Amino acid sequence: MIVKGILKKGAYYDSVSLMIVSKELNKLDGVVDSSVVMGTQENRAILNAAGLMVSDFDKSNDTDLLISIKAISEEAISNAFAKVDQLLKDIRNKHDETGNVKAHSLDQAVKQLSGANLSLISIAGKYAAREAMKALQQGLHVMLFSDNVSISEEIELKQFAQSKGLMVMGPDCGTAIINGIPLAFANVVQKGNIGIVAASGTGLQEVSSLISNEGAGISQAIGTGGRDVKKEVGGIMFIEAMKALALDEETKIIVLISKPPHEEVLQKISDEINKIKKPVIAILIGGNPKPLRDAGAIPAHNLEEAAIYAASLAKGIEVEKALNKIELRDIEILAQSEKLAKNCSGKYIRGLFNGGTLCDEAQLILKDTIGYVHSNAPLNPDYQLKNLWKSEENTILDMGEDEFTSGRPHPMIDFSLRNKRIIEEAENKEVAIILLDVVLGYGSHLDPASELVPVIRKALEISPKLLFICSVTGTNQDPQNRIEIIQKLQKAGAIVMPSNVAASKLVGTIAKLIR
Amino acid sequence: MAINDLFNQPLKVINTGLASFKTNLEKVGAEVVQVSWKPPVDVDKNSSRIIDANQSKIDKANQEALNIILNGKPVLVGLDIALNVIPGMKKNLILHSGPPITWERMCGPTRGAIMGALIYEGMAANPEEAEKLASSGKIEYAPCHEHASVGPMAGIISSSMPVFIIKNETYGNIAYCTLNEGLGKVLRYGAFGPEVIEKLKWMETIMYPILKAAVAKLGRVDLKNIIAQALHMGDEVHNRNRAGTSLLYRILAPAIVETSEIKEDTIKVLNFINGNDHFFLNLSMPASKACLDAARNIPFSSVAVVMARNGTDFGVQLAGTGNQWFTGAALVPDALFFPGYTKDDANPDIGDSAITETGGLGGFAIASAPAIVQFVGGTAKDAVQYTLDMYEITAGENNVYQIPYLNFRGTPTGIDVRKVIEKNITPFIDTGVAHKNPGVGQVGAGVLSAPMEPFKKAYEGLAKQFE
Repeated sequence: MIVKGILKKGAYYDSVSLMIVSKELNKLDGVVDSSVVMGTQENRAILNAAGLMVSDFDKSNDTDLLISIKAISEEAISNAFAKVDQLLKDIRNKHDETGNVKAHSLDQAVKQLSGANLSLISIAGKYAAREAMKALQQGLHVMLFSDNVSISEEIELKQFAQSKGLMVMGPDCGTAIINGIPLAFANVVQKGNIGIVAASGTGLQEVSSLISNEGAGISQAIGTGGRDVKKEVGGIMFIEAMKALALDEETKIIVLISKPPHEEVLQKISDEINKIKKPVIAILIGGNPKPLRDAGAIPAHNLEEAAIYAASLAKGIEVEKALNKIELRDIEILAQSEKLAKNCSGKYIRGLFNGGTLCDEAQLILKDTIGYVHSNAPLNPDYQLKNLWKSEENTILDMGEDEFTSGRPHPMIDFSLRNKRIIEEAENKEVAIILLDVVLGYGSHLDPASELVPVIRKALEISPKLLFICSVTGTNQDPQNRIEIIQKLQKAGAIVMPSNVAASKLVGTIAKLIR
Repeated sequence: MAINDLFNQPLKVINTGLASFKTNLEKVGAEVVQVSWKPPVDVDKNSSRIIDANQSKIDKANQEALNIILNGKPVLVGLDIALNVIPGMKKNLILHSGPPITWERMCGPTRGAIMGALIYEGMAANPEEAEKLASSGKIEYAPCHEHASVGPMAGIISSSMPVFIIKNETYGNIAYCTLNEGLGKVLRYGAFGPEVIEKLKWMETIMYPILKAAVAKLGRVDLKNIIAQALHMGDEVHNRNRAGTSLLYRILAPAIVETSEIKEDTIKVLNFINGNDHFFLNLSMPASKACLDAARNIPFSSVAVVMARNGTDFGVQLAGTGNQWFTGAALVPDALFFPGYTKDDANPDIGDSAITETGGLGGFAIASAPAIVQFVGGTAKDAVQYTLDMYEITAGENNVYQIPYLNFRGTPTGIDVRKVIEKNITPFIDTGVAHKNPGVGQVGAGVLSAPMEPFKKAYEGLAKQFE
């Protein structure tokens, strides 16, 4: 039998906690008896009587902790001493009923949420990078919703994250779906085997929703922020996200969404596509698809095509067949447009968009039928709108741009500015068609129909022959429920197309016929 | 770690910013904790760059400072007359609470207490004379803190006042504090009437020799042990000292009875201590002071070793910035006022008693003191939140002082000025409230959050240490 003791100076614990520790120690294999007490004179007398006294304890005082173990072997004693440390630590860190108290900082929040793995940051841009860095230093992935983060900060964050094997989505990343959880502005989509990397927020929402509506599902949808594919950032997170999806067992098909990247970044993306064994579908909105095709990707011409390709592959349908389906649909649009054009008055179109990528895509599709259109964010700088508040000829507006949003919430939440504009456009006799996007999902307005239906009705009273052509980005699982919104819009007199591409094509073909 | 490791874990989100994101995440069943975030304090950009670049150096220094604070062993070893023991004490020197201040800028209670002290010392016959002498330039003033001392409220120490002698047995340094006068009309709240002077005289001539003999008989009284127990008994040893006083009384009473010769005086002294719940405050304060003073002069440490107020200014000293004071205007506490008084009567925050908070007690340990939660909003939960908030700004947790309600978690200890700035949270302080006019005394008790300005200056002052 061996007796050994340790004296810990100045480590005060209450006697009840210590009795619990001692009880736990006595359960250990090989331990015959143990005592964990404060070093008072009385306690030393008790230790003496129990045969647990060791000579080191003679000089102890009231705030010293005395740990004494009687055991059958050295091994059992050292095990017991190791266990004491753990038990004492547990006493101090035990969870309590104070879990719902406020955390003022990441440090405290991490203590409250054991296993926290992602920090979602939406504070003002000038503070956001610092908070993001703190999260990375704590080993958390970051989704940086905030904008107005400098590009040098973005690079610093992303390089640091890369070195730690962490992800930085953003800055200005509005949407992501990680492990089936929609983050910030995101839709409730079906789970599945399609992984998305997107440097475009509404692009990601549109593609993930369309995939879900086509009956396929999403494994992960990673946003990178639009600036990631610029030369300075060099596509750090776009590439890292591609690698992660390539390794992810759930992900069988990869979809890449971006505005045209810088050529160096495009080269890196192409090199990465080359290495990936899984099918890769890529859409560079307005970009040349050739380098991606050369790298082995399936290039899509627009978001809808990308979604349909991916969903088809997921369901085991060949891409050619999917393409046929789109072509058939386009023929229908042509027929539909002829019918609608006949009953049209006015000659111009107005597109009023909340989603930036959807606005770009509409302009690209319209370019094929009626050429460049005026915009606050035009494809061709010659078509820059002189006065934001006054449309010219055919005009497509991105109402999510800073010049519209300063001092008010994003138009996906606050419809008032667009509603006002709809009425103004309806009062113009030259306007034949109003093209709208409606983006659903978490973060967006919870009842967009209540905003749009009265406005559409009023506009049709002003201009009965006006055509409203819309698309609704979202799913039936979204809190707003896509099908209900569609029915309400149709009832109000709007034509609702299955995608932004389809809506834009319909508008384009009508516009061509009536001009 | 790799990114796709995340794909195999349940997503657990820390949400900083829009609270609606948290609500949405909860709706889809994700675990999420909201950070109640505030922008950091706006400090000199160059300073924050320097501090950021030296984080590990500061962390190391702070660990050392914290270890010293936690290892301190404050023990009451005796009593003596201020003139005999306080370093640099002299006849025409009066020590006051808080950072340095001239007579012209002193608040009413401090002036009143100084006038009272001059009368008590026999240097002035009446208040008029005292005021004249106090402002004449013949009397020198200095902070208690610069003379190894602390004093509650006005904190006045004059040369013939008896003081407790507290030794930090681990590091050998000494701290001093006067004896607590009780409540009502008392010098520390700026009262200077005849009854105030009479009581001080009684304390000097009757109580002091009795206590001195009793403590001599005991040899030493372990204050750390008493404080640790008092926290388990509902004190935070700043605004509530009932348990600490009771524990002390149990130790002192037998020794007093044994050593005191005149029965009548013995009874008076015992009744005085027994009748004054705050008697232990004048020991919890120098106990904290003794622990914190040992952590002075640790280069680059951002841990505060002093927070003190003189009723006009709030002052902070850091372990890493020597004897430099960083000051800003003292604020008026949120308080419960005695009948007949309002916030308009209150003097700005005053006293060295914030040394308890600096040492991880007082407002930092308010979760230990449910009996006084009326001061902090009325519920025990409010008190717990205040203590939990203080963990946000401290370098560590106490190894001896614990909070039963938090499963005996150590009190938040060692204020890190970096965290104060970064998180925009200032220390939470329990306090008594003095009337702003001299001679009136206490009008209430309450709490306040320290002003940011001294911490901002301290942060910038620390940055200068790296130049």
